[in-house]
Amino acid sequence: MNPELQGRVFPPAPPYLVGREKVREFASAVFSTSPLNFEPEAANAAGYTDVVAPPTFAVVVQELSLAQLLSAPDAGIDFSRVVHGDQRFTYSRPIVAGDELTAQLTVSAVKSLGGHSIVTSDSVITDATGAHVVTATSTLVVRGDE
Amino acid sequence: MAVAVGDVVAENTYHLTRDSLVRYAGASGDFNPIHYRDDVAQSVGLDGVLAHGMLTMGLAVQPVVEWLGSRGSITDYQVRFTRPVPVDAASGAVVTVLAKVGAIDDDGVRIDLTVTFDGSTVLGKAQVRVALAEA
Repeated sequence: MNPELQGRVFPPAPPYLVGREKVREFASAVFSTSPLNFEPEAANAAGYTDVVAPPTFAVVVQELSLAQLLSAPDAGIDFSRVVHGDQRFTYSRPIVAGDELTAQLTVSAVKSLGGHSIVTSDSVITDATGAHVVTATSTLVVRGDE
Repeated sequence: MAVAVGDVVAENTYHLTRDSLVRYAGASGDFNPIHYRDDVAQSVGLDGVLAHGMLTMGLAVQPVVEWLGSRGSITDYQVRFTRPVPVDAASGAVVTVLAKVGAIDDDGVRIDLTVTFDGSTVLGKAQVRVALAEA
């Protein structure tokens, strides 16, 4: 892949509107039983305006920005060779239904190791007011020819 | 909520089936066919269908979420994907999660997760940082 990607900042991805039923669907899929994920009344009682998304729901929004990286014509990333190495989320607050979120990706590192390429990206996810919600950091390993 | 380093705060066991993977694919939008088609998985050198790494990461934090309730919030969550979780078409896969207090400092509590399938850990450096409301 293209080493000159390091440091590139992509344009903000299209905004993502977090829906209540999507939060419930995702929560069921990760085996959540937390009332905060399913019941608006429980979320309200805890100080949230609507149901709270599970911690890893941020990946759905991050994905919109990763798609930009993986499809960049000059990136040279063969998606069929991509393996997920590491994942991290750093939160300012939980994602809540009703949030309109925008992810903006920066390629923080591109390395070569034993014929493989390793690309680390930070997707900064902000809400409609521009306030930081969560940063999602992925390290992807692009396997070389075997 | 007083906690001490070494305390086990939560543990749980999850039985993944192919249905779980299809459900997660739909919920997350990750439709990579290696998570639901054995023929595609085998064409890239795998024995068969694997769980999404993000599904394993997603369920592994749930015992902490449920222990925490509304008494605090998660400020950071990271994992390394060290070993895949194959999900057998008939018997599925059983994943266990043990959540233990790894450190306590001014920023809050670090919970270390041990996530195991078939006797081996599948996530490395799986750490959840938690800020307790009444710490």
